Amino acid sequence: MSDSRPSYLAHHFDHLEQQKQSATLGIWLFLITEVMFFGGLFLGYIVYRGLYPEAWHLGSGKLDIALGATNTVVLIFSSLTMALAVRSAQVGNRKGCAHYLLATIILGSMFLGIKAIEYSHKFFPGPDSHYFLIPGKNFSLASPYADQVQIFFSFYFTMTGMHAIHMIIGIGILIWLYVKALKGSYHEHYYNPVEVTGLYWHFVDIVWIFLFPLLYLIGRH
Amino acid sequence: MDHPVVPVKTYLTIFGALMVLTALTVWVAFIDFGHGLLNDTVAMSIAVLKALLVLVIFMHLKYSAKILWLIAGSSVIWMIIMIGLTLTDYRSREWIESQAHRAIPWASNPPIEQAAPAADDGHH
Repeated sequence: MSDSRPSYLAHHFDHLEQQKQSATLGIWLFLITEVMFFGGLFLGYIVYRGLYPEAWHLGSGKLDIALGATNTVVLIFSSLTMALAVRSAQVGNRKGCAHYLLATIILGSMFLGIKAIEYSHKFFPGPDSHYFLIPGKNFSLASPYADQVQIFFSFYFTMTGMHAIHMIIGIGILIWLYVKALKGSYHEHYYNPVEVTGLYWHFVDIVWIFLFPLLYLIGRH
Repeated sequence: MDHPVVPVKTYLTIFGALMVLTALTVWVAFIDFGHGLLNDTVAMSIAVLKALLVLVIFMHLKYSAKILWLIAGSSVIWMIIMIGLTLTDYRSREWIESQAHRAIPWASNPPIEQAAPAADDGHH
């Protein structure tokens, strides 16, 4: 590998191993900033839940636990296909890599589709609904804690919305990878983009692993 | 250092474990452990376990250089500082009787006087 410079080795790296380590280190550092970003939202959640536990209980009860759990399964499944896409590239299975990337794209889109259904239930609750849960002047809920439940739903939409934006970005990158993978760009000597995108994708999965119980499951007992 | 290729079976096992833990967390959410905090502890323990499985196997930490463990671990430390220090403030305000009028009212209190916390800001 050292005598001739492959096209996939960037000019500022000495060798592939160095390039790979740099890429991995870089994405991990980025993910730490992401932890702090979502951390701020989780901190806000913790503080306000401490202030208004009844409202959190009420608000959580208004979420669709079946759709939330389904999405958890879909997202974890997409993490599996992502991990297998990286593995396929590692062993030089170019076709397998592309197929698993496509599976990840489809599962990620399924997640967003289910999320959209959930959101639409909140935005268009139907004519005989007794409440409207979108924070703002039309928010209505027959409860002495209505104002505080509104704060819960601000957190719900901000946290799941930021998570969904990360999913959309991830799917965009995956589509780009898929196109390149179809051309056979990723193989046992070079699969950094797949590996690095995988790390990002798994991170987004981990965020959801915490969002699901914190938003959907509190106060069910 | 090169990642060893992780066997497909390992990935499938971890996926299976994550599915089981997801089912478990939904199931235990409907059980009343007597104290809300206990329910939260169980739910968060399961979430942390799931996150660890993803980190260690799917994200290849197990097969990675120690520097990546350090980076991943540092995020946990910063989170503990951020959440821990913030809560020492919020959760201890009501302990101080003389400052009761300054405390943000907790949920047991009747409706909120919005102006009180904001007026606080310049006084430190």
